[in-house]
Amino acid sequence: MSTRPIAMRDAFLDRVCRAMADDADIYFTCADFGSPVLDRIRERFPDRFANVGIAEQNLINVSAGLALEGFKVFAYAIAPFITMRCFEQIRVNLALLSKVRSMNVNLIGVGAGYSYVVSGPTHQCYEDLTVMRALPNVAIYSPADHVSAAALFDQCLANTGPKYLRLDAQVLPVVYESEPPDLARGFSVHRRGGNVCLVATGYMLHTALKVAEQLAASGRAVGVIDLFDISGFDVAGLHERLAPCTGIVTLEEGFRGRGGLDAMMFDFLARQRLDARMLNIGVEGDYRFELGTRSQLHEQVGIGLQAASRSIDRFMQSLST
Amino acid sequence: MDRYLRDKARWVWRETLRVHRRAPETRLASSLSAVEIFVALYYGGVLRFDPAQPLAAHRDRCIISKGHGSICMYPILADLGFFPRIELERVCEAGGILGGIPDPVIPGYESVNGSLGHGLGVATGVALALKVRNSDRSVFVVTGDGELHEGANWEAIMFASHHRLDHLNLVVDNNGVSMLGHTDDIVSHDSLLDRLQAFGWDCSQVDGHDVLAVRQALLAMKSQCRGKPKALIARTRKGNGVPGLEDEDLCHVMNPKPELIDSLLAANP
Repeated sequence: MSTRPIAMRDAFLDRVCRAMADDADIYFTCADFGSPVLDRIRERFPDRFANVGIAEQNLINVSAGLALEGFKVFAYAIAPFITMRCFEQIRVNLALLSKVRSMNVNLIGVGAGYSYVVSGPTHQCYEDLTVMRALPNVAIYSPADHVSAAALFDQCLANTGPKYLRLDAQVLPVVYESEPPDLARGFSVHRRGGNVCLVATGYMLHTALKVAEQLAASGRAVGVIDLFDISGFDVAGLHERLAPCTGIVTLEEGFRGRGGLDAMMFDFLARQRLDARMLNIGVEGDYRFELGTRSQLHEQVGIGLQAASRSIDRFMQSLST
Repeated sequence: MDRYLRDKARWVWRETLRVHRRAPETRLASSLSAVEIFVALYYGGVLRFDPAQPLAAHRDRCIISKGHGSICMYPILADLGFFPRIELERVCEAGGILGGIPDPVIPGYESVNGSLGHGLGVATGVALALKVRNSDRSVFVVTGDGELHEGANWEAIMFASHHRLDHLNLVVDNNGVSMLGHTDDIVSHDSLLDRLQAFGWDCSQVDGHDVLAVRQALLAMKSQCRGKPKALIARTRKGNGVPGLEDEDLCHVMNPKPELIDSLLAANP
């Protein structure tokens, strides 16, 4: 029986809602942003739910204050706003303060990459991995389907400290059908083989899997890894996985060359003294105002299935010459 | 109590000058406007605290939002036993815990307040938690008037009244001077009291250098719980008691010469 895909936020919030019934120390805050499951939380737990309004700075500050008093806080808003509208508050009252005070605050951002397809650059989010990576003490999770998004709830409860969950706004196909994501390692291997490995996060895992399938059909096997724990993955485990590779391809729905997944992997390769060559697939260039489907927008900025396939094909040819 | 508080206020004023004489990186003028506020809070029986367990659950929370302008807390916290007095001798020195701007590694400081405009929002979250848990503890937050230019404060001010957070007590050290001049000339708050009342807060005013009056006002504010957050606007003088700092537009960044500090200490034993 196959798992019917649902929105990441509904899968995640369902876990929150069920946990709130048993754990009086969970508090939910949001910045005037909802979901069908959030309606259940609002109705069932009015004493542990607060909508601060369109006021992300206060969302973070109030959440920090609640966390200082021992609440496990889930703060919920649209991804670019919960990361960049209130970055100073995250920096000072979460990243910095959690260095000396125990705080469990989970920032749940909805709208990774282009998932708000027709809303344009204000609601799309191609910088969040970069800016959140700049902060010590903040864990970053970027799941690719609703199963892994829901599973990450366990990490949120088990680990104190600030965290950022980057959730897609659209319903994505299920990739964790037969086995659960490897939470302990922070990444899961979806395909093995060949000298090239595709390391993807979020929505781009689906693109990577399609590229790998096409390549396999033409007799060229590549590995595919879903890196969903951007800040806390098992370094030795990933090293072991990537050591045999001569080429590594990163795929992210964020600006290329601006400090996101690509920079993280450059740092990883350098520190691990791996000498594989790297290709980075990410959003090329600048902000754009063109309208289109997500696939069309992706092709325009170099991260669509066709564009990625071409880039990876060229990359693999260059490796063999 | 009256004599005791006046003596403490004088002692803290002197010690703050001494700290600044040793560590001129500290902000003197904005710390001197807040002396009586902190003396009343910590020596006047307003706050419940335990120096041996600075974060004990049974304490009243005190969030010091005007970080730079709270150097007068260094002698207070040392005197009360939050940390050894020897720390006062090595402010801003390697190995010490007391910096030019207080950090939450200092026992007695609850949060990060070097960056202004953060304390009130965090205190609002703390007040919400106390309310949800039906706690009988209070949270106090001390801000300057200049930092109320930060918009996040007004998000918190709206939120606190909407949620009827009467655990929350705001004290504004209303010295009227920011770094580059008088607040009224920069972006005027007009009447902070009127503005906060318009936002649904219970407000009162006091002469912020009359330590007995400040104590009475703080106690009255703390005990008033009628479903509204509360604010006390303390009218103060930046650089209080130091000729050349008082009433100076740029006193925030002025450092009196050591000889002046010595003569002030000699004249005010």
